Amino acid sequence: MSPEAIAPESGASTPPTSRGGPVSFNAKHLLGIEPLSVDQIQLILETAKSLREISTRPIKKVPTLRGKTVINLFFEASTRTRTSFEIAAKRLSADAINISTSSSSIVKGETLVDTARNLEAMAPDVIVIRHSSAGAPHQLAGTCSACIVNAGDGAHEHPTQALLDALTILDHKPTLKGLRVAIIGDIAHSRVARSNCLLLGKMGARVTVCGPPTLLPVGFDRIGSADGSLAVTDRMDDALEGADVVMMLRIQMERQREAFFPSVREYFRYYGLTARRMRSAKPDAIIMHPGPINRGVEIASEVADGPYSVILGQVASGVAIRMAVLYLVIGGREHPSRALEG
Amino acid sequence: MASLLVRNGRVLDPAQELDGISDVLLEDGRVSRIARGLQAPGSTVLDASGLIVAPGLIDIHVHLREPGREDEETIQSGSEAAAVGGFTSICCMPNTDPVNDNPAVTSFILKEAERGALTRVFPIGAISVGSAGERLAEIGEMVNAGAIGISDDGKGVMDGQLMRRAMEYSLPFKIPLIEHCEDLNLSARGCMNEGYHSTVLGLKGMSRTAEDAMAARDIMLAELTGAHIHIAHLSTRGAADLVRQGKKKGIHVTCEVCPHHFTLSDAACRHYDTNTKMSPPLRTEDDIEALREAIVDGTVDCIVTDHAPHNPNEKMLEFDRAPFGIIGLETALGLVLTHLYHPGLISLRRVVELMSTQPAQLINQPLGHLKAGTAADLTLFDPDAEWVYDLGQTKSKSRNSPFHGTALKGRVAATIVAGKIVYQSPEYFKE
Amino acid sequence: MSIMGPIEKEELMSSDQIARTIRRLAREILDHNRGQHGLALVGIRRRGVPLAERLARAVWEMQAVKVPVGHLDINLYRDDLSTVATQPIVQSSEIDFPLSQKIVVLVDDVLFTGRTVRAAMDALVDYGRPKAIQLCVLIDRGHRELPIQAHFVGKAVETDAVEMVEVRLNEIDCREGVLLVEPAS
Repeated sequence: MSPEAIAPESGASTPPTSRGGPVSFNAKHLLGIEPLSVDQIQLILETAKSLREISTRPIKKVPTLRGKTVINLFFEASTRTRTSFEIAAKRLSADAINISTSSSSIVKGETLVDTARNLEAMAPDVIVIRHSSAGAPHQLAGTCSACIVNAGDGAHEHPTQALLDALTILDHKPTLKGLRVAIIGDIAHSRVARSNCLLLGKMGARVTVCGPPTLLPVGFDRIGSADGSLAVTDRMDDALEGADVVMMLRIQMERQREAFFPSVREYFRYYGLTARRMRSAKPDAIIMHPGPINRGVEIASEVADGPYSVILGQVASGVAIRMAVLYLVIGGREHPSRALEG
Repeated sequence: MASLLVRNGRVLDPAQELDGISDVLLEDGRVSRIARGLQAPGSTVLDASGLIVAPGLIDIHVHLREPGREDEETIQSGSEAAAVGGFTSICCMPNTDPVNDNPAVTSFILKEAERGALTRVFPIGAISVGSAGERLAEIGEMVNAGAIGISDDGKGVMDGQLMRRAMEYSLPFKIPLIEHCEDLNLSARGCMNEGYHSTVLGLKGMSRTAEDAMAARDIMLAELTGAHIHIAHLSTRGAADLVRQGKKKGIHVTCEVCPHHFTLSDAACRHYDTNTKMSPPLRTEDDIEALREAIVDGTVDCIVTDHAPHNPNEKMLEFDRAPFGIIGLETALGLVLTHLYHPGLISLRRVVELMSTQPAQLINQPLGHLKAGTAADLTLFDPDAEWVYDLGQTKSKSRNSPFHGTALKGRVAATIVAGKIVYQSPEYFKE
Repeated sequence: MSIMGPIEKEELMSSDQIARTIRRLAREILDHNRGQHGLALVGIRRRGVPLAERLARAVWEMQAVKVPVGHLDINLYRDDLSTVATQPIVQSSEIDFPLSQKIVVLVDDVLFTGRTVRAAMDALVDYGRPKAIQLCVLIDRGHRELPIQAHFVGKAVETDAVEMVEVRLNEIDCREGVLLVEPAS
């Protein structure tokens, strides 16, 4: 086919714009929120909003990624995230292959790079990777020709979680700009906290992170906020004061053994979310949690199941975000220059 | 009777206050005469015009991996890399497999060195059996076999009482105790410096306090016992301050720093390149500044490489799983000249003191100067030559350096050990 | 976009002509289907959407009945996703009425290769099983690559393959008219 044959039929060759300039994703990988521009974040969110409708149809499938192969490479167990990516791939008609590798191959001495090279034989278009080591997706991106999507790497980033959190917030609030968001819990070990702080910071929200000082890492106040919009506190009431959004993070039980705090009971006393504490937040504040919830550890049941809780909405947004990401990274690959068909 | 005449170089020997164009005649592996216009019929002549002629460089902190990990480095390959880097003597750390914690391993290393090494090799024995930090190794036996110091390098001696005993026990042998200062509880299985960058990258941090706390303890123990404590690969402002204070108080404390610690900060880890992972880790810009100050004011006694070869497959692991360490023998002088001499922080004389004169004194060897009758170990270098480090050319068996492709100013022209040329750069000498 | 803009060669339709054509097309659709019963209009994003809305308004003016209007984004059904240089922005499709037993008239501004219509039909059947699908376009410029023909054509224009037909509608472009343009070489 000659390029002329599919020249634009109309004047619609300028795509819609969000902030004046033409928008395109132009990124082969989604390794984290950190490298994304505001425009790219906006594009993912807008695309996800458009794609959400597919999941409400009688036929929940579009042929967009027909013939594409998506490998879900999970080195860490995570049924929820893996399922979400799998559904997203399938709704776009891609072939989804799940590979769950425990640490056994590492014990055998196979490196991540070895594993990746073996997968290359399947010629995947996208590798979605979950790994307990921070930076594993970056190393994969350096050795594979596939698009790499980070589905959570160690305590580093979990970009699709932050994106779906943003989408969920936007279901309840008109804009992220100027929003007061409290992120509470184990900040030190949380990739969700990092990705959310980066994303919300870029989008102009005012974030306060809160947790016991043992779980607040050095220099966190400088994350994603050149303008110093990120605040760090060890007092929960300060964090909740006037909050529009309250994000609770999961507390890993083993942190107790590692002496980050003395007991679950004591943790809940100072950092657990209760209905009484929520009174400091705005009356219409929403409560979010990346799940799975430890009821009575970081969040009281009455609050988790209460009217402000949008925890279930978060799950629905997840598929749409992952569909958008798969669509955009595959489309973001380098192509021979060709005009857009009208 | 083999003789070598090094002609017309700028001879720089701080020990003799020599700094000027001169000829150096080497006979029978020893320095014979230094004077202008020397005639030595029958001897090989090396034209050193435009080059610095210094006493051979000495690196008192390298890992040669033999015995045990000959796939990563051998005594021979390590010494070849050393020769390329201008080193005429290297001291190898005991964390081999088996650990050099007994005279048999010490002797093995020396025998292997004699058989195949291009440079002098001085073994360092372990402080504790298996470097496990529990019982004292046979320090006296190892010294008797040729060890020039003791260390449990790779990790700190966590038991303060064991460290005190080691210091006391080694007093009669007049050897330095070389301590890898790291409180393993405080460094908490981290894989890079604890700070803004570890937080951003989601990697476990090793706090600077983990190094400072053990340095403080060891300096206090040295005060108590009168032993010579040598702080290995010092990397923090805090530890530099402690050494400075210790020296002021008259405690027998010395220290060394590595080129990577005063040239790269923890920001270099941001692409998860495992060649930026070493222990102690790359620290902050503030620490870099502090190390440079400590080098300038004399707190630092010598520059070492902590040359630590690793198999590429292991370095290809995830950042937190990859082993610590980088190779450094071939880049050390270039980095020192580029980052310390050329910006005007230290003189060439001070470069030679830090890399030859003082390390020789630290290990109590009659090296590091060119007095008549001493071993004819010389390093010839061009402080102004610009070049780019290429790992493809390395003599090391490993490739784990963050400096591949780095432009450097100042390079080695020739390395002479016992009157024999063990390396000469094709850039300077054809043949 | 290049600094050298496309060269306008000819005005194919004025604003008035567009308005008249819309009324004629609305009449033809009603005549062809013997009234509005079971009729639905689905505009293909982007310019098919305002055209479908205008057709619905014309039907309202003629018969005082409301024909349901849907919006269809066909980007997820394109056959050239892995080859286009600029990735299309996906927008939502809005069809909030059941399609079964409906006669759906797809509406687009320009019919060219036919690939857009092919994608639109695939998209449409994912929403349900319409009784029939018909096609209405403002301009048919020829050069079909698929066996697709429009039922209702505003104007058929002979074009060269390299030329472009630019439809401008107030709702999107803040001006009105159809132009034949040639891209700057």
